[in-house]
Amino acid sequence: MIRVAIGRLLSALPVLLIVSLISFGLMRLIPGDPAAAIAGISATPAQLAQLRVDLGLDQPLLVQLLRYYEGLVQGDLGRSLLLGKGVFAATMERLPVTIGLSLYALVITLLIGLAAGIIAALRQNSIVDQAAMMFAMIGISVPSFFLGLVMIIVFGVHLGWLPTGGYIPFSQDPLGWLSSSTMPAISLALLQAGLLARITRSSMLEVLRQDYIRTARAKGLPMRQVILKHALANALIPIVTVVGIIVTLLVSGAVVTEALFSLPGMGQLLTQAVLNRDYPMVQGGLLLVTTFLVMVNILVDVLYAALDPRVRYE
Amino acid sequence: MSLLEVRGLTTGFMTGSGEITAIEDVSFSLNAGEILGIVGESGSGKSVTALSIMGLLPSPPARLISGEVIFEGQTLTNMSDRQMQTIRGPGISMIFQEPMTSLNPVFSIGEQIMETIRAHERLSPAKLRERAIEMLDKVGIPSAARRMDDYPHQMSGGQRQRVMIAMALACRPRLLIADEPTTALDVTIQAQILDLLMDLRDEFGMAIIIITHNMGVIAETADRVLVMYAGRVIEEAPVATVFDRPLHPYTRGLLECVPSLTEDRARLVAIPGTLPEPTRRPPGCRFSVRCSHAIPACSAALPPLELLEPDHSAACIRALDLAPIRTADLAP
Ligand SMILES: Nc1ncnc2c1ncn2[C@@H]1O[C@H](COP(=O)(O)OP(=O)(O)OP(=O)(O)O)[C@@H](O)[C@H]1O
Ligand SMILES: [Mg+2]
Repeated sequence: MIRVAIGRLLSALPVLLIVSLISFGLMRLIPGDPAAAIAGISATPAQLAQLRVDLGLDQPLLVQLLRYYEGLVQGDLGRSLLLGKGVFAATMERLPVTIGLSLYALVITLLIGLAAGIIAALRQNSIVDQAAMMFAMIGISVPSFFLGLVMIIVFGVHLGWLPTGGYIPFSQDPLGWLSSSTMPAISLALLQAGLLARITRSSMLEVLRQDYIRTARAKGLPMRQVILKHALANALIPIVTVVGIIVTLLVSGAVVTEALFSLPGMGQLLTQAVLNRDYPMVQGGLLLVTTFLVMVNILVDVLYAALDPRVRYE
Repeated sequence: MSLLEVRGLTTGFMTGSGEITAIEDVSFSLNAGEILGIVGESGSGKSVTALSIMGLLPSPPARLISGEVIFEGQTLTNMSDRQMQTIRGPGISMIFQEPMTSLNPVFSIGEQIMETIRAHERLSPAKLRERAIEMLDKVGIPSAARRMDDYPHQMSGGQRQRVMIAMALACRPRLLIADEPTTALDVTIQAQILDLLMDLRDEFGMAIIIITHNMGVIAETADRVLVMYAGRVIEEAPVATVFDRPLHPYTRGLLECVPSLTEDRARLVAIPGTLPEPTRRPPGCRFSVRCSHAIPACSAALPPLELLEPDHSAACIRALDLAPIRTADLAP
């Protein structure tokens, strides 16, 4: 299992290299001048030129790239042009908001998706199954921003149960965090929960047909043990592989959700950075988010190996 | 009182074209410690009979249409699944046709044996492990203690079937149903597994229902035999009687399929034709379309299973006209 983890860690390095290259290149492909964005419209051409020299933007691209990597190797992501602070520090202020929201949404996704999928499979073709699959379909086909809007209007404005926006850090007030994050997390989670419910249902149905389930019943095991132990342990194997993808999708989806609920997360930070051509911020921010996602996916691979002895012993 | 009584068991399956009856009016009884062989071609209803006794058919599509199964005086066919859980394991246990897929791939074989015992008995973890190792040892898994933590994919088909047997016998059942336990294995392993089952029967004294399509297996193992065709029992008698004087033409056909070791060339004369699908059963005797002795009366009505000779029943209206002469009658 440790071999799996080390192998995945090594194969993650090229991924991070490519992501850093792409974010570097992309920012320089879109038109616009960071110096102009920083200095404002009243700046003279001489001031702008000086600013460019200060920021190192007058250098050839290759030199800029090498400097960027030079910093990276030393663990330095550079300074944000706009915020006047280190990229790493700026990211660390915002990343917890996004990760917290995504993980909360992941918990909701897993609870709803797994439960609905398992119950639907056990009651295949019943009313319960059809109802669960209809809700899954709704979750999949309704855009999350629309769902978010409806929730803001119903639970925020009319019923007044939950705040319509704003953010309370978990470290300050865990309950406050929960109430400020619940609506965003649900609106973010429902799409993935719908997908997961369908995947879980078909995976469970496949497993319940297997001979070893009949064996487990023939041994006189209680039905609960047959389903929650023998069936689920096998059904989870294909499900775990999509959890990594789900986290990636949740983090990407969080950008829109954060905007809707005005949460100060990575979405806001990166949107501002892109609009203002804050090169180091975009590059560094993307790299850190990617690093997080790569780590999640490594964790998923390790979990996969833990669940399936056939993989573990290869 | 017999250990197991099966009376008029009829099991149906809901299919796209309505309900079919996989088995019809299957009746037999079995005494403690006795070995009953059930023989018949593929699709004749052997597995459905076994699974109906165990209450393990998926429902829907399966449904018990009529009949009852009585085990040690208790009517299993009236029991809830929860009540059946106490019978499965210590009362009746079963091993299956497919050793490669019958074990759960994600749990160690030790765990799979131990959880069986755990479900029915209170034992300390140490005792539990000891008992599982003892069972693996009994079924001939070498260095059993070390193999407890192995997973099914690390074992051969023959070894997996041994593990299945260890698991099935872990709670000392009074009846073991072995559904074609050797079909998927190669010939030398087949003989070993059958020998093992016989040894374990002598040691534990349980009754066995052994299901096969091979009359040779029946000859080597069973006390009594039940011949099935297209969902119905067509002959039943002690093994020696059936081998000596088979009453049903189908049984005679099956006996001719047994590869003979005494002749130079194996006489593998297959019965011409194929078993009819449940939806295309002919009127009257279901074997009549394949039977070389069929007369018009055969397709007029379904022949009932009748006691034609002492302890020997068959379902054929021409049975007594056609049956070979008993060896006993040939003796001077
Ligand atoms: N799940 C099912 N749905 C519909 N029909 C079924 C189902 N299971 C079994 N049957 C039918 O029941 C009949 C008997 O099948 P069964 O499995 O008992 O045969 P068998 O004698 O065990 O054959 P084999 O030697 O191949 O194992 C077959 O005609 C089959 O079509
Ligand atoms: Mg079968």
